[in-house]
Amino acid sequence: MTTSTPDAVVTTAPRLRKRAFAGRVRWWTYAFLFASVAVSAFPLYWMFVVSTNDSAAVSQTPPTVVPGGNFFVLAEQVFTTVPFVQSLANSFVVAGSIAISQMILCTLAGFAFAKLEFRGRDPLFIIVLITMMVPTQLAVIPLYMIMSNLEWIDTLQALIVPGMASAFGIFWMRQHLSTVLNNELMQAARIDGCSTWQIYWRIAFPLVRSAGFVLGLLAFVTAWNDFLWPLIVIQSPENYTVQLAIKALQRQYFVDYGLAMSGSFLATIPLLILFIFVGRKMVAGVMDGAFKG
Amino acid sequence: MVLSAPPRSTPAPQSTKSAKSTALKPRRRIKSASRVDAFAPYMYIAPFFALFAVFGLFPTVFTFYVALFDWNPIGGQTFIGLDNFVTLYGDERFWNAMRNTFSIWILSTVPQLLLALFLAQLLNNARLKFANLFRMTMLVPYITSVVATTIVFASLFGRDYGLINSFLNFFGVESIDFAANTFASHIMVSTMVLWRWFGYNTLIYLAALQAIPKDIYEAAAIDGAGGFKQFFYVTIPSLRPVIIFTIIVSTIGGLQVFTEPLLLSAPGLTGGSGRQFQTLSLFMYEQGFGNFQFGYGSAIGVTLFALIVVFSVINYLLSRRITSDD
Repeated sequence: MTTSTPDAVVTTAPRLRKRAFAGRVRWWTYAFLFASVAVSAFPLYWMFVVSTNDSAAVSQTPPTVVPGGNFFVLAEQVFTTVPFVQSLANSFVVAGSIAISQMILCTLAGFAFAKLEFRGRDPLFIIVLITMMVPTQLAVIPLYMIMSNLEWIDTLQALIVPGMASAFGIFWMRQHLSTVLNNELMQAARIDGCSTWQIYWRIAFPLVRSAGFVLGLLAFVTAWNDFLWPLIVIQSPENYTVQLAIKALQRQYFVDYGLAMSGSFLATIPLLILFIFVGRKMVAGVMDGAFKG
Repeated sequence: MVLSAPPRSTPAPQSTKSAKSTALKPRRRIKSASRVDAFAPYMYIAPFFALFAVFGLFPTVFTFYVALFDWNPIGGQTFIGLDNFVTLYGDERFWNAMRNTFSIWILSTVPQLLLALFLAQLLNNARLKFANLFRMTMLVPYITSVVATTIVFASLFGRDYGLINSFLNFFGVESIDFAANTFASHIMVSTMVLWRWFGYNTLIYLAALQAIPKDIYEAAAIDGAGGFKQFFYVTIPSLRPVIIFTIIVSTIGGLQVFTEPLLLSAPGLTGGSGRQFQTLSLFMYEQGFGNFQFGYGSAIGVTLFALIVVFSVINYLLSRRITSDD
């Protein structure tokens, strides 16, 4: 993760630039790595093959392994069997809201923990770290009861609101802010009469936009792919997320994979397109998280 | 200048702070702004704590409470003490789910982390070509949803027309009914978990490998250590904290495997006709939302929670011992 350094007041992270290991690369290194590329990509390719062929071509012996011309037939069935467009829209609303909200709320809290002095700061931050380890998935039954009391069952806000902030996001943004934003800059801003909010909004937030973007991406992907909680709390098809829509396709045609595969493929395309543009950032983000985790 | 003292040294009581800013710029707006400033940090962290209290902490604590009841969402609640736990620990379905969960966890985690370590070692070379291609494609499974993953792999592992069985047939091996056989079904589920996460862990290991200073390797080489010795005496010890981190993350994930067995057992919730691949999370879902036994389901949740806490504590103790050793 690199943060652009527009002027002198911004210190780059004091990261030790180690010279990378650079030995001779053997042919079998490439063999193994290309094999892993094939393993990573093949299931998606297979998804595409099945969703472009009719079921006869896929179930012959040996099965076909090349795409056919049946894509639009199956895609049309997907869109008519379940409200797929609505599901895509719902998923965009849910994942998008969570991503934007996490970017703002986690940067804000990370800023407070990294750069502000207040009573109870360190104990509160330790609580944040502990909550990262709490597997809240196991508390779905009471969570369902809460949603029931709020009368949020079968609504999208039941999916959005619990995910609006995350302990990991706060931890992540705090790490970035404490390396990127230096104290002299903050004092200079204070002397100039900046309020804490102005320091956050005008100085801190722009500095960590890139890290915040990666956090938003990870939150988006996680929310887009979430399954257990939507399965519990969403009931009517018009509120389905794409994952629930795929499951609905599967339930009706279990033996014939074509329809479910077509739905899976259509639900994965938006993320694949996103990934083409931001994949490098995500790779850097995952690797950077490891540094700090 | 009065305000230029480093904020770290003194927590500056708010009265003096506002007095000073009034002295500098005697305007009402500034005065109120600095009063707001004293509360600002709390306001910035409040959203997270409020959300966590309502949707994280409260449900978690409440699970323990619900577990003490015979709790039916439509009927009513009767306090039954620890009866749910007594029933649960005498329930063969629970121990079956426990065995399946651990079997799937080991079958997915061990090969996954070894593979990731191996691939990271291969990727850790500045002269490697296509480095970005390798890293990016390895992350593609991670952005693919578990639902899509399960559907593709269910087709690949299919009994009659699955590609894997076609492959086996080609070599004269008879088709395997993966979903029907206990061990084969665990392999199938583990493969799905492994596929989705090996690239992610590879990148984590790669980042850790890149953080090892090159001098250590040079020193080891001067001392006559070859590639394998360097790997076991330099690489592995340097990676130990990261390895433990990935093990605990995989454990927390592995104990919560849910989507794969659910979709494979559709339209049922039992994880196969003989419950051969029902995991603890799926068992909890079956009891809670299939049979509407909220109390019994919560008792399963509490048990899973306890398991995860035990594993996390073991991990913490291990990692602390290792860091103090170094």
